[in-house]
Order: sequence, then structure tokens, then C-alpha cells
Amino acid sequence: MLELDDIQHFLLTRPHALAARYEFLSFGTPEAGRAWLAGILDTVGSARAVTEAADSDTRWVTVAFTWNGLRALGVDETALATFPDEFREGMAARAEVLGDVGNNHPDRWIGGLAGADLHAIAIVFAHDAAARDRSAARHLAFVSECKGVGVLSSLDLEALPPIEFSHDHFGYRDKLSQPALDGPAALKPGEFILGYPDEDGNGPHLPQPEVLSRNGSYLAYRRLAEHVGAFRDFLAQHGRTPDEQELLAAKLMGRWRSGAPLVLAPEKDDPELGADPARNDAFGYKDADPRGYACPMGAHVRRMNPRDTAVNMSRRRMIRRGTTYGAPLPAGAPDDGVDRGIASFFGCASLVRQFEFAQNVWVNDPKFHELENERDPIIGAHDGTFDMTIPKRPVRRKIKGLPAFTTVKGGAYFFLPGIRALRFLAGGART
Amino acid sequence: MMNDLKPIAAALPRAGEKLVKGRYGSMMPVTPANGFTLIAKVKPGCAPTIRAYGQKIEDTIRDSPDALAVLKLHYLRWVLFDNDTRFMYIGIFDTDFDKYVEDAVMLFKATGITTIFEQLEGFPADWRDNPAAFAAFCREHQAPSFMEYAQYPDISATEVVKAVTMKRALSEALDQLQ
Repeated sequence: MLELDDIQHFLLTRPHALAARYEFLSFGTPEAGRAWLAGILDTVGSARAVTEAADSDTRWVTVAFTWNGLRALGVDETALATFPDEFREGMAARAEVLGDVGNNHPDRWIGGLAGADLHAIAIVFAHDAAARDRSAARHLAFVSECKGVGVLSSLDLEALPPIEFSHDHFGYRDKLSQPALDGPAALKPGEFILGYPDEDGNGPHLPQPEVLSRNGSYLAYRRLAEHVGAFRDFLAQHGRTPDEQELLAAKLMGRWRSGAPLVLAPEKDDPELGADPARNDAFGYKDADPRGYACPMGAHVRRMNPRDTAVNMSRRRMIRRGTTYGAPLPAGAPDDGVDRGIASFFGCASLVRQFEFAQNVWVNDPKFHELENERDPIIGAHDGTFDMTIPKRPVRRKIKGLPAFTTVKGGAYFFLPGIRALRFLAGGART
Repeated sequence: MMNDLKPIAAALPRAGEKLVKGRYGSMMPVTPANGFTLIAKVKPGCAPTIRAYGQKIEDTIRDSPDALAVLKLHYLRWVLFDNDTRFMYIGIFDTDFDKYVEDAVMLFKATGITTIFEQLEGFPADWRDNPAAFAAFCREHQAPSFMEYAQYPDISATEVVKAVTMKRALSEALDQLQ
């Protein structure tokens, strides 16, 4: 049913890449933007092409555009007006909705992401950092030949060693719990890709013209700096032994750093479980842990996916992509001030219903689940005045004044068009 | 940041506070009697259908007491007035309506409450696939309050139930110590 020759690979597959470069671009004129797009079109992979390609094929580039970018390419005003409000406004303008306040405010973002001249992102994938640098240099050489296309900023990403264990700078296993698109628990594809039925029926209205929107998706991009020193200090301050510190780390996230979910491993870590994709996502909360004695109500994974304790959950999932940037901080070393973190994309068919709902209601609302004065401990906007309750018998533990472990350094709303749509844009966006 | 359980009255909109706009508005505190007052014209001859829903809702909630729980309501009042030519729907609830409009539409479909809205002039014909149009209808027919009073401000319905449940349990425990 899915047109795999037309949908870009980004949300449906993973090329065998452990490194990437994100280039944030601006188009001085529509002609410049189209020339660049026409020039790289052959390297943009459909889901089918990437799945069938050899591992050694490293040409793949993913491209996506902001609303301003679609306009900069010459999409006409009538068509632009059919795109959803939140996409048109852009993530920076939605700071209040998303809770991007204080140090997370767009005024403090870097790389020009909050500006109106952010038009496009090009993601170059590679096997490793050296290959990435070569591919990125090739792409940059091409960009400099395209008069009128400028690079606002770039970001180099690579998996942290040991690479068999995909993890972030805090040491948590990642790439867990993605929504299923096939199999018995599959969600309708229209939840993530435009032009297909979704969980509510027919799918959302397609922006016009259809050639531009069909087979596309929205991406919410978030760059989070991870304050590893502050995180390690917090664990040391509130855990008297390494075991207690590991448990505390688990209580914040809802999973042990190995990936094992607290609901299935409430007292002791189980690294085999954490590494087993057939088992590490098979759990619910309603019957197994209604009061949060295993996984606290406010833990990150419980907020991001309340599973069987939320209504309408099938309308609130997102496909996540992304990886780490910045050199790792060696164990035991004091924080060196290096900018390190994760840069992620959340793919969905409705930014407001899926991404913004989660961010507004589950991450940053201090009254979520009748918790008084709490925000998501990992990604919430923290200023040192919020708490974390860890249910425990006989008396719960409450840690007051959580520091900020992450800071939002940039973000944007992109539209990830299908291949036909890219040709339409490169050809002048005229029907 | 606990409130002190003292009653609050507010003249609205408050000076210097911008009105809520668009989806999810802002993270500002809710008003003392947060919710909406919808006022709409009834299509000619359709008042009896609306009125009959009173019994249907009574039956629904008796059979499934938690049917409307997701909307986090405190109170609802449905009124037909001006000789049954106009309908008023007052709801006092804990959520920001925008956030839950999809959940509300899904719920209304399931409980049949949408039949009431279909008797109102101006209600969008494509409401089934178009929660945004449903929300727009509510916003267009909303009559904002200029004053609200709350005896126990900012306490959610769930918290009220929890507090009473705890009080009863504690009271029973103390009785058993006699």
C-alpha cells in the first residue's frame, strides 16, 4: 500500500550509517534553491532504493524544508496557506506552547535555527566520521557552486563508542520503542505519512497541491545539549552507592541505562532484557504498575508514552530518528564545557496533535497526572524549582529542585516531501 | 507552588493578560471557573431532540460512570431558553479545551453527544473528520465570562476525589483503632 518508491527513506528505514552531517541551508533566490535541489535529487533515497542498496552505497541524502523554505523555492501563496498553522509559524514562534522558556528559549538557540531564513536541512549519512567528512565536503563543494545558496550552520553527528550499544551521553540506551508500521500492533501509516488512512479514518486534509504533500511527513527537529557533569553530580549527590545511583538514573528515565524497563525489572537491572528488542518494549502500566512503584508516573518514558493508561494513544505516537553529537566526557572527568548532546527528529502527520501535545501536556505541564510541581526530569524546561517524586514503600522519596540536565539549543519544523514532490519543487512548483 | 485553598474571584480578561489564541494557547494559569459557555441557535423544530438527550446522557453515565472522565469535567449544565430557540452549554473543566479537542470529538462520537451539536445552526457538516472545525464552532459560539469565582481554585476534579477518598480511608482507619 505504501508507495515506497516515492516516500523518502528517513522515517521508514535506517541506512547503515553511524555518522551524519546536518546542513542548515538558506536560499537567496528561488532559482538558487531549485538548482541545488535539482543537483542533489539523485542522491535522495526512497525507502525502496535504500532498502535494496548495498551497505557500501553511501550516497544517501535526506532533504526537508521549513514553511519559509517552501516559499523561498517559489511555492505560491495559495498553496502555502493550506499548510497547518503550527508548521507555518515555525517551532521558534511556538515557544510558549512547547514550554521553551528560560534557557530553552529560541532567543538563546544557536546555528540560526530560530531565524526566518532557515529554509532547508540536508542530512548526509555515512558509515563513520571520516566517511562523513568526505561526503559532507563533496556536498559543501556543490553548495558553493550554487550561487545564492548559503549554509546557516552545520552539525556533525556520530554514534558514541561502544557502537554496538546505541546510547546517549548520559549512558542511556536509545533507539527503543518505535511505533510499529507492520505486524499485529501496527498503526495506520497515515499517522506518520500524508495521503494514507490514519487511526481516525481517512487521514488529515492534504495541503495543496497534492503532488507536493502526498507521501510527505512533518519533522520536529530538536537539538538538546546534555549536561553530563551536572547529571553525574546529581546521581552522586542523591545515591550513596553505585547501585543506588543506577537505580536513581533508572527512576528518572523509566528504564535502566541498559534499556531494561523498570516495569519488567523494578529492583535490579537486567542488561539482557535491555538489549532484547523482542522483550524490552512488551509492557503496560495499567495493571502492572498503576501507582508507579516500579516506573514513577513522572519518569521520562512514562510521560512520552503512557501506553494503556492514556486515551487515544494511537494518535499520539511519533517516529524518532537522530543521534549524538560532541565528544564523550570520560568517566570520572569533570565537565569540560564541550557542547555535546543529541539531535533528534520526531516524524508525524500532525505536529500539533502528536509532537506539540506531548511537549505541552506530558513534558512541561507541572500538573501532569496530578503531580504537583514536576516536569519531565530529562527534557523538561528546568530552572531548579521543580521536583521528582519516586513512589516507594513505606514512604515515597521526593527530590526537590532538579537541575536542568538538558538545554534546547535549537529546533525547527520541517516538511519531508516525497520524491515526486521534490521534482515538483525543483521544477518551479507550478502545477 | 501550592495554592492556599482560599476562594478567588477574577474579573476577566485580566489587565495585561493576552487572550488565549490558537491551539494550546499558552502555559498561563487557568481561570477560576475554567471552561466554556457555548450559546447557539437551535434549528427550527429541533429542540425536542436536544432535550431528549438529557435522559440519554443520564443513562450513559449510569451505565458507564467514567464515560466522560477524560474531559476532566467538574460540572456541565445544558439549557434550552428563549422558548427553546436557543441552547446554552456550560462546562467547567480542568483542561485547556484545545489540547483535548480530538479526544472530545472521539468521545462525543462514541457517546452520541454530537447529535446535540448537529441540531444547532452553523455546526460544521464535516465534524467527523475535522476536529479543527469542531473547535472553531466552539470558539465562535463561546461567550467569555467577565467574572468567575472559585471556592477552591486550581484544584482538579481528580484531586478532589483523591482527597475525599483519603479522608474517608483515614477516618475508617482511626475508627478501627477505637
